[in-house]
Order: sequence, then C-alpha cells, then structure tokens
Amino acid sequence: MSDHDYRPKSKVGQWFNDRLPLLTLANHLTDYPTPKNLNYWWTFGGILTFCLITQIVTGLTLAMHYIAHADMAFESVEHIMRDVNYGWLIRYIHANGASMFFLAVYIHIFRSLFYGSYKSPREIIWILGIIIYLLMMAAAFMGYVLPWGQMSFWGATVITNLFSAIPLVGEGIVTWLWGGYSVDNPTLTRFFTLHYLIPFLILGLVVLHIWALHVPGNNNPVGIDIKKPSKDTVPFHPYIVIKDGFALLMFMIVFAFFVFYSPNILGHADNYIEANPMVTPAHIVPEWYLLPFYAILRSVPDKLLGVVAMLSAILILAVLPWLDTSKIRSAVFRPLYKQFYWILVADVLILGYVGAMPAEGLYLLIARVATAYYFLHFLVILPVLGFKEKTLPVPLSITEPVLGGSLNLATARQKESKIE
Amino acid sequence: MSEKKTKRRDFLFTATTAVGAVGAAAVVWPMIDQMNPDASVKALASTEVDVSALTPGNTLTVLWRGKPVFIRRRTQEEIDEARSVKMEDLIHPEKDEDRAKNPEWLVMLGVCTHLGCVPLNDKGDYNGWFCPCHGSHYDTSGRIRKGPAPWNMEVPKYEFVNANTIKIG
Repeated sequence: MSDHDYRPKSKVGQWFNDRLPLLTLANHLTDYPTPKNLNYWWTFGGILTFCLITQIVTGLTLAMHYIAHADMAFESVEHIMRDVNYGWLIRYIHANGASMFFLAVYIHIFRSLFYGSYKSPREIIWILGIIIYLLMMAAAFMGYVLPWGQMSFWGATVITNLFSAIPLVGEGIVTWLWGGYSVDNPTLTRFFTLHYLIPFLILGLVVLHIWALHVPGNNNPVGIDIKKPSKDTVPFHPYIVIKDGFALLMFMIVFAFFVFYSPNILGHADNYIEANPMVTPAHIVPEWYLLPFYAILRSVPDKLLGVVAMLSAILILAVLPWLDTSKIRSAVFRPLYKQFYWILVADVLILGYVGAMPAEGLYLLIARVATAYYFLHFLVILPVLGFKEKTLPVPLSITEPVLGGSLNLATARQKESKIE
Repeated sequence: MSEKKTKRRDFLFTATTAVGAVGAAAVVWPMIDQMNPDASVKALASTEVDVSALTPGNTLTVLWRGKPVFIRRRTQEEIDEARSVKMEDLIHPEKDEDRAKNPEWLVMLGVCTHLGCVPLNDKGDYNGWFCPCHGSHYDTSGRIRKGPAPWNMEVPKYEFVNANTIKIG
C-alpha cells in the first residue's frame, strides 16, 4: 500500500498533511486495492452509507417541525404532511427510507453469510455490524413511536413490556423505561431523544466497521486471501466507485418507487388514528423488517422463554464466526452449505410471513417449526458441517480460474482457445 | 513467585479506586433515576368514579395512571361461574372472593399481563375477556385461563366512598 510513502504535491498540502494527515487518508481510500472479482452483492455497503446519510438529513429536517409531546405529536406529523413545504416528501423519504435501510442491510448480511465474510480474520467487522444492526432496530422502533398513532402507542406498549418478563426487576425496569405507569408523554420525549442520538452512534460504528474492514481488506466471491496490491486487485477509485455508483442508482429507483407511488404500502393504516390508551387495535403487527423475530417471540408459549428466544435469535449471529467451523469461506466451494444457506433464507422468509399472520392454528405450527429450524441451522448444522462436508478445491488466486487451472478444465481451455 | 508485601502505595491505589467508584456511582445514579416516574406523575395516584349509571352485565372503562381500569357490575350468573371454578384449574390461583370483595363489583386493571394490551369485554372461551394481541383468555373474575399471559389481571387498591362512587388508588 502507498499509505506510508504518500506525499501531497502542493506545498500547502504538504504543510497541512504533516500536521493532520487527512490527505494520506484520502489517498488510502482512493488507491485502496480491492479484489477485482467483487460482484453487485458487494455494493450494499455503499448503499447502506447512503441510507444512513439520507435518514440523518431527512430526520434533522423533520425534527425542525415535529413536536415531541403526547398532545401534539400526532397533529404535528399531520402538520408536516399537509402544511410544511415538501413536508410530505421529506416524511415519506424518512419513513420509507427506514424500510430501504433494512432491505439493504438484510441483503448485506445474507451476502456475508453466503460468502463467509464473517470468518477469520473479519470477526470484528462482523460483530460491529451486528451491533449496528441492533442499534438500527432500536432506532426504527423508537422512530415508529414518534407519530403517536395507534400502532405507535401499542407497539411501544408491547415491546417495552417485553422487559417485564425479566424475573424480580422486570416491572421496575418497565416503569423506569416509561417514566410513569403506562406509555405516556415521558416515554415519548425520551424516545425522541434516543431516536435522535442513535443514528450518530451508528455513524461512529460505521467508521469503525470500515476501519476494521481496511485492515484485512474485502472478502471476495471466491473467498480466498489475496495479495494486495497484485494482479488480483484494482484500485477502489475509479473501479469500485463507479460500480457502487451504478448500483446505488438502481437502488434509488426502487426507493423512489416506494416514495412516489406507494408511500404507505409498508406502513399500517391504524397509525393514522391517534393513540388511544383505552383501545388496542385488533391486530398488532410490527414493521415488516422485525416480523421474523416477532414470529419467534410468539411461537414460544411461555412469556420469559419467548423473549429469551427472540433475543437469542439476534445475538446468536454475534458468535457465528465460532459456530461455523468450516475453513472454507465462500459457499461456492461448499456444496452442502450452499443448500443449507438457501433453506435458511427460505426459513427466515417463512418466519416473516407467519409473523404477520395471527398466532393460531396452522400459522403457529409453521412458526414453531421454522423457529426450531432457525436455531438448528446455527447450533447444529453449521458446527457439524465444518467437519463433515467435502468441499471443492479452492483456486490459488482470483485470476487462476479465468486463465486456466480451473475446476472445470474444459471451460478454462475453451476460454483460453477463445483468447488465442 | 516471591511473597508480595502490601505497601503504602498499594493501600493508596485501593483507597483511591474505591473513593473514585463511589463518586462515579453517586453521579450516575441521578442520571438513571431521572427516568423514573416524576412527582407530577405520582401525584395522579387516585381517581374517583361515579358508577350509579352502570347496570348489571355492563362494564365501565376509566383511565387511571394512563391505564384503563375495568369496572364490571357482574350478573349473578357471572358471579356463580367465577366462584364455582376449582383452584387447580387456574394458572394463577386466586379466589374470586379475594378479587371481588363485593361480589357484584369487579374492579381491575384492563391490562393484559402478557404484553400490556387492553383485552376485549365479553369475549373468549371463558365468557370474560379476550386479549386480541396474543390470544389470552380471562374468565368472569379476570383470571387467566388460557394463552401466554402469566398472571390474572391486577386488582388495584380501591374503595367505595359511598354507594355510587368508587375511589381507585
């Protein structure tokens, strides 16, 4: 890497850089050697940065018009929608932006699961990512409470009541969280404060996430360690910047579709009714991105164990680097893992579906089977697979399978003859 | 390893750390406790309700400390049903006699003990209440009979100020 021998060309640049090496950092980010085979699944890091910035900017502007008070919050949101110039646009971007953020983060996480990006030496990157994901869920939940509609109020009641499952101190913790004997004005003001704070915590963690990434460098679809810089790498700028930029544009088209053509499809109609502590809506559902965990919560008939199962489902991800015993990173060379991976994807989608349905009859049965399988995947299948699976031979470099020595020799020869 | 003798400096380190920890805790506690219910919230501790218009078989829902309170004037049938239940059939065994001192009147927090939703009147498998959120069934005494809720609906402190007025809290 050229980090250490970099020197700015201009005298002023040299003077500045000797005192604060920002230009060295900029140069590191520009020249940064990146695997040349990164596919479009690798563009979601950049997309997620865009999502975070969008949420912060639209959130700041909304905060200029929003009033965090139980008597005025609902009205002030309607005021934003009807009276504030472009208020509807900013709020729809912010509300749908949360969904887009989660869409991107789920793709990002499942990319990591497929290509084994969480494995040594990238465990810290992965754990930082899980912390960011937890903070995202906290921010999204508290943000959903702020409009003070029926779903806001009852969602807040149900989620804060999860803590009452803790033996002995549970009730005390819930009262402390509420600042009263029910979800009320003190709850709203503190949720607003924390909702404002968390994105900046996430921003700080994103810096650490990228810092930790730049120590070993990017994983890649082949999942092998590569020399940097070498014929297996390209500089981050312009190659990856352009690829990320193109993917971001495609993503923004999807984003814009939701904002302009179906801004309320991901929300819930009940949230356009002002919060009423006397009436619970007939069917309480969280936002779509929390549904799989909600399904896990409801599939356990015991209150405390249900909460424990839900939290474990998230926290189990943090120890994934040690549960997966396989030395091979990429699922491309793991024929069995590849199949289990897709079963897991289906399992999580099924959990999401039953999470939106009433917890009874067949739905409950499906939720229970899917919950059991979720834990089975991480606690049994992954550890055992590392020892039992017969993996395919891994190429020595990214270039090797292209120029010969590929697994599929016939294809490699065909390619070679074409080049000749 | 050679025997380590406690020196003056070790004592100073320990003492300084201990005083520092106590000081830090003293600063942190106000930051935590400020989130607990404040004086104005606690001041709304009791409320008086006029129940003269309530006829048997009906429920009045009032707000107390931000939570709904069910005041049910029960019919003889409901009382008989609640009092004939065997203790061993209950998830959270409580006698109806203890929950409703005056059998005609059942006063309790209308809050499901699972995750805090408001159960619906005259619904469910036990002719009492049914919580729509996660499917808990309560009987005519507000006791949990089926579903994920762990306890019976809570009976708050209340008293009849006169024949027509109940004071809750």
